[in-house]
Amino acid sequence: MARFSDDMLSRAKELVSLYPDPRSATIPLCHLAQEQDGYVSDEAMAHIAELVGSSAAEVQGTASFYDMLKLEPVGRYVIGVCTNIACMLRGAYEVLEDAEKVLGIPVGGTTEDGLFTLEEVECIAHCDHAPAAQVNYRYFGPLDDESFRSLIARLRDGELDDEVPPHGTLIRVRREAPPAIPMTEIDRERAGDQE
Amino acid sequence: MTERIVGARLGYEDSETLSRFLATGGDQGLRRAVLEMRPEEVADEVTTANLLGRGGAGFEAGRKWSMLRKAPRRYLVINGDESEPATFKDHLLVERDPHQLVEGATIAAYAIGASLVVIYLRGEFALGLERVQQAINEAYARNALGRSIFGSSFSVDILLQPGAGAYICGEETSLIESLEGKRGFPRIKPPYFPAVIGLYGEPTIVNNVETVSNLPWIVQHGGAAFKALGEGRSTGTRLFALSGQVQRPGPYEVEMTKITFRDLIYGKEYGQGLHPDRSLIAFIPGGVSAPWFFPENLDIPLGQDEVAKAGSMLGSGSVIVMDDTSCPVRSAWRIARFFARESCGQCTPCREGGAWIDKILRRIEEGEGREADLDLLLDLCDNISPGIKWPPAQTTICVLGPSIPPSVSAAVNHFRDDFLVHIKEGRCPHA
Repeated sequence: MARFSDDMLSRAKELVSLYPDPRSATIPLCHLAQEQDGYVSDEAMAHIAELVGSSAAEVQGTASFYDMLKLEPVGRYVIGVCTNIACMLRGAYEVLEDAEKVLGIPVGGTTEDGLFTLEEVECIAHCDHAPAAQVNYRYFGPLDDESFRSLIARLRDGELDDEVPPHGTLIRVRREAPPAIPMTEIDRERAGDQE
Repeated sequence: MTERIVGARLGYEDSETLSRFLATGGDQGLRRAVLEMRPEEVADEVTTANLLGRGGAGFEAGRKWSMLRKAPRRYLVINGDESEPATFKDHLLVERDPHQLVEGATIAAYAIGASLVVIYLRGEFALGLERVQQAINEAYARNALGRSIFGSSFSVDILLQPGAGAYICGEETSLIESLEGKRGFPRIKPPYFPAVIGLYGEPTIVNNVETVSNLPWIVQHGGAAFKALGEGRSTGTRLFALSGQVQRPGPYEVEMTKITFRDLIYGKEYGQGLHPDRSLIAFIPGGVSAPWFFPENLDIPLGQDEVAKAGSMLGSGSVIVMDDTSCPVRSAWRIARFFARESCGQCTPCREGGAWIDKILRRIEEGEGREADLDLLLDLCDNISPGIKWPPAQTTICVLGPSIPPSVSAAVNHFRDDFLVHIKEGRCPHA
């Protein structure tokens, strides 16, 4: 898709400025690219490389390691059904099978209308609500076939728009803080402490 | 009544709000630390408390801090990449008490003189990330963070870093690599400790979310009061995550060593037992990296050394219950498959061994196994971690590899008959 828009670019630069080493902003900027386009495009990776001072290949090397960073377009809602041990013991595979039927796609697929992508995921740390799932990393559970169907219906009807932003939007709370304290200032202060 | 420390606010509907935090002792620990104590005094209290790291390894937090190499610049990284299957206590703490986490992290930063703090949270914790960012923003707004905290001479910033989905990043050197913008590959040891060479090559302390969430209480009440809870090396309380086939899965904060696994699984105020007409076949005491326990281990107390003596570990504090409707082959397979998927691929024993074990267990579960597979599974385990003993021998850069054999060998050795039925009947008898 695209490089960062003006608004996203200013957010990206702000993120980069927070770190002693700009490369530390690589993953946060990949999330930002996903917020803009729903996935991390080649153009975005090249732009991120420029911003953090690395190469597009290095950014891709990093991005391709992480399950949440999508290098191809995905649905507006990425549904991750957990089947790890705690959920499996409480019926997760039945939920997953049902999800395939309800959505009409296999695990890894995206519905034709581009609304849903179905994933089988590892433990999402919601085991006291097993079997659990996430939609764009927002939690739902415990699920059975009925509650899963109703979840899909509510997503389709836009009833959960406030709770579940489109895929890629992760942290809606922006950092509100004075500019980062320069490391040189902290270094001086700590040197004084050690005298 | 068990003393509640990290989970003290969890009973409130609005536990995540600043007003609840401030109305229930919030900021008091940090104020006391930066205004009335020297950094060494804070560290001394933590050493006195004998606070063991709550991430999984159980290393003494005070000792870890004392290993920090002297250098002008040092970093504190909070590990909130909680991904050990069936572990959900940090998820709860970041979502339901984010201010306590920020306060604890700031206290730790003061104690070790950190130049910068990064709170690294699992990317999948969307709500937790938003709440911790909110808590950080509110801390800046009331001068609990930033320059001259509460008017003291101590200044520090906290950054929030989202992960992006990789179990291995819970390993501290892998987390640091990730934080440097790279693939999450664990670093070759030595150097063994980030306290010597960590983030950007500088000395770095990596502390777990629950570990630092204990600090406000320890500073307020003193290390001795914390140590008075529990017994031996296991001091204070711990937030245990109970899951699987129990009536009431959930997080339960209990005083260390004071209750047994039987109490946790069957007790009225905890798991409330199994579903009617079912019986326990096995449970895992500390995350899926730990060797399994069986009904005869139920009376072991929830303590670090007590569990270690019995041949397993308290690990991440997650207890998984399996009843007699579950299939031990399937459980072992699902755990092995997890490790096979999450292996970073750097080391052959883990990368290849994990993938093989995943395939073999799967074919047995699907009724296509052969009897020789049982020995083959153990042989693979032995190649990943020679001797298949506990604590495990390591042939790999990190402990992900050695975490594969415990479940596999427990299932093969303890449920041999189940495996044989699968093989003989050509199907899973539980399906």
